[in-house]
Amino acid sequence: MFDDFFMRALIAGIGIAIVTGPLGCLVIWRRLSYFGDTLSHSALLGVTLAYAFSINISLSVFIISGTVALLLLSLQKRTKLAGDSLLGLLAHSTLAIGLVLIGFLSSIRFDLMGLLFGDILAVTVEDIFIVWFGGLIILGILFYIWKSIFAATVNYDLAAAEGMKPDLSNFIFTLLLAGVIAISIKMIGALLITGLLLIPAATARSLSSNPRQMVIISILVGIISVILGLFSSLELNTASGPSIIVAALVLFILSLISFKRSGALQK
Amino acid sequence: MDQKKLLVKLENAGVFRSSKWLVRGISLEINQGQIVTLIGPNGSGKTTTAKMILNILNTDEGLVTGNANKMAYVPQKINIDWTMPLRVIDFMKITSSLNNTQITESLVMTGVDKLLYNQIHSLSGGEFQRVLIARAIAKKPDLLVLDEPVQGVDFNGEIALYNLIKEISVNLNCGILLISHDMHFVMSTTDHVICLNGHICCSGSPSNVVKNPEYIKLFGEHNSETLSYYQHQHDHSHNHDGSISK
Repeated sequence: MFDDFFMRALIAGIGIAIVTGPLGCLVIWRRLSYFGDTLSHSALLGVTLAYAFSINISLSVFIISGTVALLLLSLQKRTKLAGDSLLGLLAHSTLAIGLVLIGFLSSIRFDLMGLLFGDILAVTVEDIFIVWFGGLIILGILFYIWKSIFAATVNYDLAAAEGMKPDLSNFIFTLLLAGVIAISIKMIGALLITGLLLIPAATARSLSSNPRQMVIISILVGIISVILGLFSSLELNTASGPSIIVAALVLFILSLISFKRSGALQK
Repeated sequence: MDQKKLLVKLENAGVFRSSKWLVRGISLEINQGQIVTLIGPNGSGKTTTAKMILNILNTDEGLVTGNANKMAYVPQKINIDWTMPLRVIDFMKITSSLNNTQITESLVMTGVDKLLYNQIHSLSGGEFQRVLIARAIAKKPDLLVLDEPVQGVDFNGEIALYNLIKEISVNLNCGILLISHDMHFVMSTTDHVICLNGHICCSGSPSNVVKNPEYIKLFGEHNSETLSYYQHQHDHSHNHDGSISK
């Protein structure tokens, strides 16, 4: 079954959607979408370095995105620059450094489009292993810190006062975010990973009335987006990342329509 | 009273942020079964002091020691993002694992048990305040910190909630730190008042504090008179368990 490139992509994609579901909900609740963007832009630098030193792409991306995330956390405490400016600064400078380095690596053939937007042809059996193994580790850790990270998301002071150690769980959550980018960069591409975090979670919001429901629906929407996106990518010969994101967007729009119909639009 | 367990102790504690001292030289103690009230004008460091006690803020000077096992906090302001679907029952459980009986019990105490499955975002200010208090007492803390707990609650509700707070301190035998800028109701409830303005201006029993010149300077002669008036009005109207007898 792993012989077929399409099956490989499907299996890897579904694995990714299961992990982006809960993390995406947290990204939305914590208003961290630009943070996710910055991490994924920096991922391109990670990919370049992986080629330059011939190490595993996911490992290299995790190291670079994780470093950028920690850099961001410490800069936020030290500079007076507003958070969004800081995010933009890091996102574009790491993206630029990555692209400049690609220029130096002229001896290696690069599929730049593939790096930016994902490539289903590139998914190997090893990648499936990385997605599922890495994904299980990420979900395991997330499950373990869920109570703490959720309390900190509702209110930092409450969590801190009542012994939930919000600083520690924030720190771990940031690394998990870097992890999910690392395992999904090949499929979805550096520019679009945040889309797979945000759009299924946003779709789930209008269909759910409690946090657990939102996480489950978000995972389901993610899986459906991956399946629809990959099939249309195959049929229409389009890049896999954008196809998946467009499929997610269609589901989001459908959820808005059904939401209005059911008259549940309450603030 | 002397035998009661010491829950938290501040010794000459202070917090220094963006080149100034938010509060400095704060020394206080909260014991089991005691209600301590912090009063003071806006920006006098009431919330900062509470956050030192709760270990949310680290002190830059002085010491915070204590042996409270379980602390609960009712913050002054809490804003839950609309993107998070959250029912009252989910909110009740965010920092502790409570069963439905425990949750319902404390919601009944604050009079909002009918809202169990309502969305947090659909609650009115007063209802939300009652849910916040219910959440804090549901976990049966030994130290409860309430930052302006009755804001948005109507007049009758306010009296009922202050009575409830008194009741909680007796029933749970916990220590309570109450932050308030409105002395009227606090008078009958509290054991010890600390008047704050960046530092401790004066402290003592409620009736002593209102006579203190430092207090009068901060809140004005008029306010001091109103307080004694209220104190008289309410002095004999409470039963031991906090219910009102007319």
